Amino acid sequence: MPILYTSQDQIEVYRFNIPTAIFVPLAALFLQAFVPLRFPGFAMLDLPLLVVIFFGVARRSQVAGLLTGAVIGLLQDSLTHQPIGLYGIAKTVVGYGASSLGVKIDVENIGARFLGSASFYLVHQCIYFVVARGMVQLRLQWSWPHELLAAVINAFVAVFLFAALDRLKQRT
Amino acid sequence: MENILSRHRNVSILVAVLFAQILGLAVQVKRAGASGEGQDTRLIRVWTVRAVTPFEKSLVWMQSSASGLWHNYFYLRGVRAENRDLKQQIEQMRIEQVRLSEDAEQARRLQLLLDFREKFISKTVAAQVVGTSGSEQSRSVYIDKGRADGVKPDQAVITANGIVGKVLHVYDDHTANVLLVNDQTSGVGVILEKSRLQGILRGTANGELAVEKIMSDETVQPGERVLTSGGDQIFPKGLEVGTVSKVAPGKDSFLDIRLRPAANLSRLEEILVVTKVEDRSPSPSEVAGPVRAVDVLTRRLPSVPDKPPATTTQGTATPGSTTVKPGVPGQSATVALKPSTSTGSTGTAATTSGAQKQGTGPQLSGETGASKPVTGSVVSTGTAPKPSNALSTNSGQATSGQKDAPPVQAPAAASGTSTQNRPKPTEVKEVPVQAPPNPGALNTTPNARVPSTSGVKAVSQTGGEVPATVKPAVVQKPATPAPKAADQSAKPAATQAKPANKASVEGNPQ
Repeated sequence: MPILYTSQDQIEVYRFNIPTAIFVPLAALFLQAFVPLRFPGFAMLDLPLLVVIFFGVARRSQVAGLLTGAVIGLLQDSLTHQPIGLYGIAKTVVGYGASSLGVKIDVENIGARFLGSASFYLVHQCIYFVVARGMVQLRLQWSWPHELLAAVINAFVAVFLFAALDRLKQRT
Repeated sequence: MENILSRHRNVSILVAVLFAQILGLAVQVKRAGASGEGQDTRLIRVWTVRAVTPFEKSLVWMQSSASGLWHNYFYLRGVRAENRDLKQQIEQMRIEQVRLSEDAEQARRLQLLLDFREKFISKTVAAQVVGTSGSEQSRSVYIDKGRADGVKPDQAVITANGIVGKVLHVYDDHTANVLLVNDQTSGVGVILEKSRLQGILRGTANGELAVEKIMSDETVQPGERVLTSGGDQIFPKGLEVGTVSKVAPGKDSFLDIRLRPAANLSRLEEILVVTKVEDRSPSPSEVAGPVRAVDVLTRRLPSVPDKPPATTTQGTATPGSTTVKPGVPGQSATVALKPSTSTGSTGTAATTSGAQKQGTGPQLSGETGASKPVTGSVVSTGTAPKPSNALSTNSGQATSGQKDAPPVQAPAAASGTSTQNRPKPTEVKEVPVQAPPNPGALNTTPNARVPSTSGVKAVSQTGGEVPATVKPAVVQKPATPAPKAADQSAKPAATQAKPANKASVEGNPQ
C-alpha cells in the first residue's frame, strides 16, 4: 500500500479533450519559437517543459506522462539544429516523474507547484546536459547561476500557467 | 518474465521509450559524422517546421504590416528632425567614403599587381527572420527564404552591421534554418584588425562570442575590431564580426577573448543571405570592379534609408572628359572638359566648391555654372571607362595605361586662386545626373557600382574650402593630390595618388 500525501480528492485523475491535448503543446512550442524573436529573454523559459509537467501531474498516469513528454520533446528537438532526441529523452523522464509525483503529493498547492516546477526544470537541464555532452559530444557549459535563475523564473511562470490551464481540466 | 513486465509496466514503457530515443540519437550522431552536417534532414524536422513556420510567417507579416502602417502613415513625430540628422550623417559618411574609396583603390591596384584572388559577394538575398529555435542550447533562427531563392546550406548570412551566421538547413522553397555565430557549435575564422592575429570565433553557453586559439603571450586590446578572415570558406574576408570587449587569460596558454557582436544577434529582423560568392582577382577592365563584401554592406540593407536626390552626388561624363562637377540638388552637374596634357586622354580634373552650407559640420556640396577653381584632380587614362549609370566608390582602379601615365599638371588651388601651371578649362558642359542604384535592390551583380561622391569636395563651416579628393565615376585613377597650397607643381600621377588621400584626410575637419 503506497503512502500518499494527498487526500482522495487531490488524487483525482483529470483528462483533457483532444483539441486541448493537441493545441496546448503546439501553442507552447509555437510561442517558444516565436516570442524570443521579439523578446530574447523569453528563451530562458521552457514552455513545452511546463506543459509536460502540467499534463503529467494532472493525468497522473505514468505512461501518458512519459509519452506526452516524449512527443513534445521530440517536436521541440525538431526546431533546433541539434540531433533529435535530446529534449525528447529529458522530457520523457520529466513526464514520467511528474505523473509519478502527482500521485503522491498535493500538486494543486501553489508552493508545491513552484517547487515541483523548479525541481523538474533542474532535472530536465541535468539530463539534457549529460546526454548532450556525454553522448552527442556537444560543447555545452553548465552554469549554476544561470540554471538556478532559469529554474526560479520557470517555476514562477508555471504557477500562473498551471492556474490558467486548470480551467481546461475535465474530471474523469 | 511476463510477470515482471506486467508488474513494472510503467517503468518498462519508460525504459522502452528512452531506449528508442537513445537508439535514434545514436544513429543520428553516427550519420552526422559520416554524411556531413546539414545534408540530410529528418522528416520529423521537416514536418514540425512546416507546421510551425506558416503561423510565424503570418504573424511576422501582420506585425510588420501593422507596424509599417503605423510608422509610415500615422506616427511621424520627429521624422523631420530625424531626417535632418540622417542627412547630416550621410554627408559626413560621404566624406569618409571618399577617403576609404581611395584606400580601396590602392588596395585593388596592389592586388592586381600581385595577382591576388579575392572573394566577392556577387549576389545576396534579403530575408526576414520569422522564428527561432526557442532554445538557449540551440541558437538558430528561421528565415522566409529557401530553395526557390537559391538558398543553400553553408551560405553566409550577414547584416549591414556584421555577420550573423550560416544557413544550416533548407527545408522547402521558402524556409531555411540559420545557425547563429553565437551558438556553441558554430565556428568562424576571424582576424583581429590591428594585431592581425587569427583565431576561431565560437559561441558560449550564455550566447556570447569568444575568440579562441590566440596565444596568451599576444597583446589584444579591448575595443579592437574583429573581422572575418575568410579561412572558413563560408564568410568572405573582411566582414565585420564585432569588437573585443574583454580579454583575460584562458585555458591552455590561450587568451579568453570576448566580443561584442557587430550585428544585434538577439534582435534580428532582416538579414542577407550571400547566395553567390566569386573567387577571382580584380580585373583591370572592370574599373568599378565587382562589389566586395564590405561594399555591399554599405548600401544594401532595408534599414538603410533611401539615398537623397541623386543630383547631389552623381554625375556622368563622357569618355574623355576629365572633370565632373556635381550639381546641387535639383540641378545638373557640370563637367569641365580639359585638353589632355599627355597621351591618351589623361588630363586634370576640376571640381567645384560648394559654398552653400547648411547645418553644422562640414558638408559636401556642389555648384553649377560658376567656374570655381579646381581643388582636386583626377586623371582619366586612355582606357575608356565603362559607361556607368551609377558612380562607383571603386572607380579609379588602376589600368595598364595608368601605370605609364605621364606626369600631369597640378590641379588648381584649394583656396580659389589659380595655379601657375594649371590649364584652364576649355569647355564646360552640363551632363544629366543619374540616380544612384536602389540600395534596397535584392541582387547585385559583379559590376554593380556603389554611389560615389565624385566631383565634390568638403567645405568648411565658414564657407572656406577644404581640400578633398575628388573622383568622378568615369575616372580611373587619381593623379594629383588635392592641393593644400595655392601653388603646387606637377608631379607624377603615381606619386600623387597617395598624398591626395592624405590631403583629403588631413583637410577633412572631421
